[in-house]
Amino acid sequence: MLKLRTIWGQLSAHLILFLGAAIMLFPVYIAFVGASWDSATIGRGLMPLTPGPYLFTNFLRAWSVGSGAKVVSVPVRIMLVNSLIVAVCVAVGKIIAAALTAYAVVYFRFPLQNLFFWSILITLMLPLEVRIFPSYKVASDLRLLNSYLGLTLPLMVSATGTLVLRGAFRSIPRELLDAAQVDGAGPLRCFWQIVLPIARPNLAALFVILFIYGWNQYLWPLLITTDPKMQTIVIGIVRMLGISEALVDWELVMATAVLAMTIPVFVVVLMQRWLIKGLTETEK
Amino acid sequence: MKPQPVFRNRFLPYLLILPQLAITGIFFFWPAGVALYQSLLRTDPFGLRSKFVGMANFVRLFSDPYYLHSVKLSFWFSFLVTFLAMGLALLFAVMASKPIRGARIYRTLFVWPYAVAPATAAVLWVFLFQPEIGLLGRGLKLIGVHWNYYLNATQALALVILVSVWKQISYNFIFFLAGLQSIPQSLIEAAAVDGASSRRIFWRIVFPLLSPTTFFLLIMNLNYAFFETFGVIDALTKGGPGKATETLSYKVYVDGMLNLNIGSSAAQSVILLVVVILLTAFQFKYVERKVHYA
Repeated sequence: MLKLRTIWGQLSAHLILFLGAAIMLFPVYIAFVGASWDSATIGRGLMPLTPGPYLFTNFLRAWSVGSGAKVVSVPVRIMLVNSLIVAVCVAVGKIIAAALTAYAVVYFRFPLQNLFFWSILITLMLPLEVRIFPSYKVASDLRLLNSYLGLTLPLMVSATGTLVLRGAFRSIPRELLDAAQVDGAGPLRCFWQIVLPIARPNLAALFVILFIYGWNQYLWPLLITTDPKMQTIVIGIVRMLGISEALVDWELVMATAVLAMTIPVFVVVLMQRWLIKGLTETEK
Repeated sequence: MKPQPVFRNRFLPYLLILPQLAITGIFFFWPAGVALYQSLLRTDPFGLRSKFVGMANFVRLFSDPYYLHSVKLSFWFSFLVTFLAMGLALLFAVMASKPIRGARIYRTLFVWPYAVAPATAAVLWVFLFQPEIGLLGRGLKLIGVHWNYYLNATQALALVILVSVWKQISYNFIFFLAGLQSIPQSLIEAAAVDGASSRRIFWRIVFPLLSPTTFFLLIMNLNYAFFETFGVIDALTKGGPGKATETLSYKVYVDGMLNLNIGSSAAQSVILLVVVILLTAFQFKYVERKVHYA
């Protein structure tokens, strides 16, 4: 009786998980299929459920030209490079800023320390939407529009990163640093050679989370990039949909969508363990 | 008790916090302050003249049927997205935490969409639901549904919700799975030996023990639905048809950046700020206390 129940339980678990996983994967599969047919087949609503012969052609065209005859766009490789630069700079910049702050807060005592620390935490409560127009104004006054600096610098604050690293640094035995100091190592050397290496698992976890965060930025790049050459791929792909969807080169849009997902999905799947550890241990 | 500092240096700590503090000041506090100030002004569209109008921008917003519509929409939308994304994720996480074959593969299959940008997710689903060329869009027409989310407000909203939920399931799944795995197996086994049905075990033991995770996710999902679904809306409907999918955070963009109605946009920003502060306050109040109603 109990046995029958477990078998039934397992079967239903498989069924539900299989269905769920299929729903998660289905749009991606169809994107692949879409990227493998030609404009005419898709445009007439005749696309079958199986891949067609143009996969390579379409990817090549998206990669090197970007646009079809109908929509003006830049080559997807430029958007990919932009996204990569933004994601890496945002992730690394946030981690450095957070690590320096956490180091100062944990290992030094200085006036107004708590005030500064809290003011960084409060950024959690200031998403772009609550300061949208003035933020744009500041970026434009500082001549940051259409530049990598503008895409990345204003995002290089990480309240969660600061909290996580503060926790990580605190758990490092103080004797370690005292000993290093006796041996003549200064604060910066201790930071670089002792504290950071010990916190490496936390840094890896933060990197995955923040890389994805940077890659998936939408509203900020939308505001401050008007030059198509500065578009990140997430912005670019939505622009490719254009105004009138009758004029969309669907096969290229889908090829671009696949390209837009490849790098972040790869990072997430490869570093899954860090991601899960990072998310569940940091955000609470 | 505060431990003694390891290092003594008068300037270095300031230097260390300077980068983050400077960016915080320039790109967060200053603009937020300006928004606060501008919410009390009325500026002409060219930004040439502005005059102090007190609370007039707020008064005007709350007597504007479009804004009230947007408020109502945002709450319904956030509620539905949160409820569906959490419910489905919980279902999948419970199944994936069972000792079954291939559990790890299933896990990866639910985690990967974490990497997909909301806007990219929207583009994938547009391709499926586009009324003329989309596979599912055509399918719906075939079975007699007048599917056209460009024109039909309900359909547009449904699609935005669908994409937002699809995108958010992986995030919730990660947390629910971690939460489930931290529940001592012995508790569940003991209940099973006592003859409790698995449904009863779930609702009486597992779900209450999961409440800190659930509560945390509730806040995070509301936050997501309010702010991060911007990309989904921009890619799918641009707030339309009409204003059917214009949530508060999309409206603040449309009014401020496209219509250059600075005073009103700033007032909307301030109202959103209140929303965020409330959400954060709830989070701090209850997550710290670790909700357990078992």
